[in-house]
Amino acid sequence: MEFLQFFISGLSLGSIYAIIALGYTMVYGIAKMLNFAHGDVIMVGGYLLFTISTTMGLPVWIGITGAVVGCTALGVVIERFAYRPLRGATSLAVLITAIGVSYLLQNLALLIFGAAPKSFTSIVTMPAMTFANGALTVTGESIVTIAICIVIMIVLTLFVNKTKPGRAMHAVSEDRGAAQLMGVNVNGTIALTFAIGSALAAIAGALLCSAYPTLTPYTGAMPGIKTFVAAVFGGIGSIPGAMVGGLLLGLIESLSKAYISSEMADAIVFLVLIVVLVVKPTGIFGKKISEKV
Amino acid sequence: MKQGSRLSTMKKSTKANGITYLMLLVAFAVVQIFTATGSMTNLIKGLLVPACIYIIMAVSLNLTVGILGELSLGHAGFMCVGAFASSFFSVCMRDVITSEWVRFPIAIIIGGVVAALFGFVVGIPVLRLRGDYLAIVTLAFGEIVKNLMNVLYIGKDDSGFHFSLKSAADLGMEPDGKVIVKGALGITGTPRDSSFIVAFILVVITIFVVLNVINSRQGRAIMSIRDNRIAAESIGINITKYKLMAFVVSAFFAGIAGVLYSHNISTLTATTNNFGYNMSIMVLVYVVLGGIGNIRGSIIAAVILTVLPELLREFSDYRMLVYSLVLIFMMLFSSSPAMVNFREKLSLKTKRSKGKKAKEAV
Repeated sequence: MEFLQFFISGLSLGSIYAIIALGYTMVYGIAKMLNFAHGDVIMVGGYLLFTISTTMGLPVWIGITGAVVGCTALGVVIERFAYRPLRGATSLAVLITAIGVSYLLQNLALLIFGAAPKSFTSIVTMPAMTFANGALTVTGESIVTIAICIVIMIVLTLFVNKTKPGRAMHAVSEDRGAAQLMGVNVNGTIALTFAIGSALAAIAGALLCSAYPTLTPYTGAMPGIKTFVAAVFGGIGSIPGAMVGGLLLGLIESLSKAYISSEMADAIVFLVLIVVLVVKPTGIFGKKISEKV
Repeated sequence: MKQGSRLSTMKKSTKANGITYLMLLVAFAVVQIFTATGSMTNLIKGLLVPACIYIIMAVSLNLTVGILGELSLGHAGFMCVGAFASSFFSVCMRDVITSEWVRFPIAIIIGGVVAALFGFVVGIPVLRLRGDYLAIVTLAFGEIVKNLMNVLYIGKDDSGFHFSLKSAADLGMEPDGKVIVKGALGITGTPRDSSFIVAFILVVITIFVVLNVINSRQGRAIMSIRDNRIAAESIGINITKYKLMAFVVSAFFAGIAGVLYSHNISTLTATTNNFGYNMSIMVLVYVVLGGIGNIRGSIIAAVILTVLPELLREFSDYRMLVYSLVLIFMMLFSSSPAMVNFREKLSLKTKRSKGKKAKEAV
């Protein structure tokens, strides 16, 4: 029973990771860049929601809408002004810029909201459920998180495979030049990917802060890095991969917190990354890309 | 032969390196003069060793980022390893080797070698990966090291050393045993052996080694990997070997910087600010601001960015903000294709106008 308890909390954490990892993996698949600032967009989403619903006292749904819209706009702005000018530059330059953006968001939040953690009120009003005479408790947050994750997964898969912009994403990630020749708006498609990724990050931020109700400017940094592990685990660029990777990572973290050591849970997660990269660098669902001269 | 003509026939790299060494010499002389005349404030005095530490960090990171062309975000992790290894040694040997002139050099070598070993172990699997993955794995390495140092307990009693990853009570020591590494509380009582003279000597050694590596056959091999990996491989350069070489040298000096750091403070703990991601980023800012691949630039940037924030304390809230903007704008200016084109056009124009003037003069 105890195991099941940890398993469910791992599943819930994993669902949050999966949502974040989806954003990572889509951006990586299309723009071929590691968006370091993705984790910090989560934090911005958290602060937007906090400001709108807790500080200003507006209803939660307005807060969530505001957070999603704000983060989407932020993602597009970052892409337009920081990443687009560097398209075609070395990956080192892009990576350093992304780190700069991540740092910029963190420090802006630090200046605006201060370093003191904000206590976040959960957006989930669903009560916790108990099973087996109280031996197993499932929080409302867990249920909502897992449900939202499944919905996002289905919608996103349908969007990418069945709609025109979704197929344009496929085309751009496959071969940018050829896609452009076929009349695909490459810049628009990449911007759309950033918009979707950032909107997902806002939702993940709301869920993350509901499950772990403290909000600081560094809230997003660790989950951001860890979900990169999840994306790599599943095979970067692959949507089902991000999902599976996120869930596995959540389970690993939750179980190692429970059975090994809570201080070392992060170290174990990162160790998993190193092992995965050494054994199977393309991840579970990744495609092997051979290099052409 | 006259001096001037010898200067002009000198190899370009020799000349550039000469300027770097001269700059160091002048800086050293200036510091000595100020100390001798007593016009050095305590604030600046306290910054001398940190400045040297950051120079070593920046120069060694530049070897990985600028010369090897791979982004390492775990440089602070190597520093952490070096700091803890050497501090552990110094605390253990404090009563055995009383002379700091014997103990400290050994500590420096231990710190460097242990960090280099870690660099080797991390580097073997990791350096076969592509750029983005390397960045994230080195980042993961740095976090693992920091995490481990926060839960590591080492004690010593008559029967030898005891290790634990849980708590000091878990060490199972005899009552007279002494806990040396106290988990999140770190190591206390490291002798303060770091001095400006030692730090300066280490800076010179670091720069000497790094510059010589760059201008050697190995350095050219490393740079050829950076510029075109496939071409380098096809002319028979062993990619893994040379990548590993640069990486290990870089880790070694980061470890030495860690030794200087740990022997400059009384309590050594691993936090996000000194050995975590933040430190790695700060050193990266030095490298980027000084110019990627430019060793002299790294030195100057490290010194300026160590001294300036202390003098402008009232703006300390904005420091990190400015750092992040520096990273973004430096990259946009130096690497975006539009800017590169623009600069090429500009330099072509100035060259042409210079050529015209030269012709007119003739």
